[in-house]
Amino acid sequence: MSRLAATFEALHKSGRKALIPFITTGDPNPDFTLPLMHAMVAAGVDVIELGIPFSDPMADGPVIQRASERALAHKMSLRRVLVLATEFRKTNQQTPIVLMGYVNPIEIFGYENFANAAKLADVDGILTVDLPPEEASEYGSLLKARGIDPIFLLAPNSTDERIKKMDALGSGYLYYVSLKGVTGAGHLNIADVEAKLQQIRANTRLPVAIGFGVKDAAMAKTIADIGDGAVIGSALISKIEANLNDLDTAKHEIIALLTAMRHAMDA
Amino acid sequence: MTEKYNMPDDRGHFGNYGGIFVAETLIPPIQELNEAYQRYLKDPEFIAELSADLKHYVGRPSPLYHAQRWSKHLGGAQVYLKREDLNHTGAHKVNNTVGQALLAKRMGKTRIIAETGAGQHGVATATVAARLGLECVVYMGSVDVARQSLNVYRMKLLGATVVSVESGSKTLKDALNEALRDWVTNVDNTFYIIGTVAGPHPYPAMVRDFQTVIGHEAKQQCLEATGRLPDALVACVGGGSNAIGLFHPFIDDTSVALYGVEAAGDGIETGRHSAPLSAGKPGVLHGNRTYLMSDEDGEIIETHSISAGLDYPGVGPEHAWLKDSGRANYVSITDTEAMAGFHALTKMEGIIPALESSHALAYTMKLAPTMKQDDIIIVNLSGRGDKDMHTIAQREGIAL
Repeated sequence: MSRLAATFEALHKSGRKALIPFITTGDPNPDFTLPLMHAMVAAGVDVIELGIPFSDPMADGPVIQRASERALAHKMSLRRVLVLATEFRKTNQQTPIVLMGYVNPIEIFGYENFANAAKLADVDGILTVDLPPEEASEYGSLLKARGIDPIFLLAPNSTDERIKKMDALGSGYLYYVSLKGVTGAGHLNIADVEAKLQQIRANTRLPVAIGFGVKDAAMAKTIADIGDGAVIGSALISKIEANLNDLDTAKHEIIALLTAMRHAMDA
Repeated sequence: MTEKYNMPDDRGHFGNYGGIFVAETLIPPIQELNEAYQRYLKDPEFIAELSADLKHYVGRPSPLYHAQRWSKHLGGAQVYLKREDLNHTGAHKVNNTVGQALLAKRMGKTRIIAETGAGQHGVATATVAARLGLECVVYMGSVDVARQSLNVYRMKLLGATVVSVESGSKTLKDALNEALRDWVTNVDNTFYIIGTVAGPHPYPAMVRDFQTVIGHEAKQQCLEATGRLPDALVACVGGGSNAIGLFHPFIDDTSVALYGVEAAGDGIETGRHSAPLSAGKPGVLHGNRTYLMSDEDGEIIETHSISAGLDYPGVGPEHAWLKDSGRANYVSITDTEAMAGFHALTKMEGIIPALESSHALAYTMKLAPTMKQDDIIIVNLSGRGDKDMHTIAQREGIAL
């Protein structure tokens, strides 16, 4: 069983939901990420999504765009993300890591080379934002053959047919993009998310993590109750952006927010 | 080629290139667009309305002009210019925006968005949106807003909202990113008019189909004027819509050589250029797989060209296919060479070309002398040069 499957199964048995932070690797500098990952684990997160910085993040809002720019200014790259994941594994063999990014860095790396490198780094899942299932079948097989879960996105306008397609090709979990828009966008409509989750559940048995627009502890609880986990990205990265001259405070505020979310979700 | 050229396949692939590489939220609107495009392309009423607009609003057919004085001066092949510069709004871009706007209207969309580099596509989009009474938002990199202020003003006069994009390199690629972000947010009422033969399927095929009017006319006009097909076609390639519009109806005519001219900027060897077919490698950006300028980590490299309309790190996937298959030749022209092409046509024929088109003219200056005097070259004069007066004056140290 993959580390992701085991994590979701254990959560399910204990009646809890997954808390999944997303951070852009190397934001605001490469030294910040690794200690933050360990601190987030200590604060009770279940899975870590590591963003691979890209020059043209088409699906991201301004907060994550700027995070990418800060990381790229320090020459962060897919290769260095893998190095960092390897470092993390040296002292943590339990927490699943999902790499999330755009396809061009992987295309240039070479799909098979990348799958091998990701295996070597003991990464657990890969979410490639601009690689829909139609273009991902070979790549998905390369990952699965190495025990890595290909994670796919679902959107508010995804049909039954497409949900079934993601169910067949994906593993680990499905990531439901809770609103039409970019990361960190405006207000979530809870009733819409509930209705959509019913449709998704009818078409897949994979766990469903919900993200885009989760900002505070109350929202994290509401969202996690509907799905199997809540993904928090822009709200965390905003803490970095607001404290670029005082990164200890940035880290402290991120941990405080995640701790509050953990408490709310477990209450 | 024994079989008739019939690209792309039904999933939008030109061999290994093209396809649909977008986030999940954009899949349903892309499917909706593809269905509408397939349906209306065969709808006689739609075709009739499009033809009438191209004739009465755009001013088609555009002339095929024999540049006799310039041909004689070059001392080789006879050079004919396909005068897309004479279209309404001054470039070939309007052929496509008229078509996509009619499609938007048929699909019941009330809001139009577009990206623009030099501003020509933005102006052509704002123009058709004004005519149809549709809301129009144009995304433009802040660097381009500064260097193309005249076109920004034109778009505003036409009623469009111009959004200055501050992310990334603040040029055309970033404007495209921002337009995609708008589309993903407003998918229900918004139609995204992409200006070139890039983007996810069906855009490369659809924009091409709206632009092939250039090649169809040119073929007929050449036959009427000379009684035979041309020997070579020359067109500049940024995203590649004017080039594919001219080339496509000739792909099965293998006696016709095809030359796509990329922007070599300061020179390919300097790295400061916009020539992915000449110096890039395959990758994925903006919804399709194609030749791209990206570094060893897969990050997109900033491009350079004197011509804002060619300043783009990718190229339409059909050009990638035509390059690999050997059917078309891709060459490049530097800023300095393009300036020579610009001055040559202006002085010899009394036609002031756009800087984009000047790249095709500069290559023609190299090609024509190598050919026989009864050979025929058709050059796509894709746009007029009025918009470039400030850039050219500045480059030549003249205060206006």
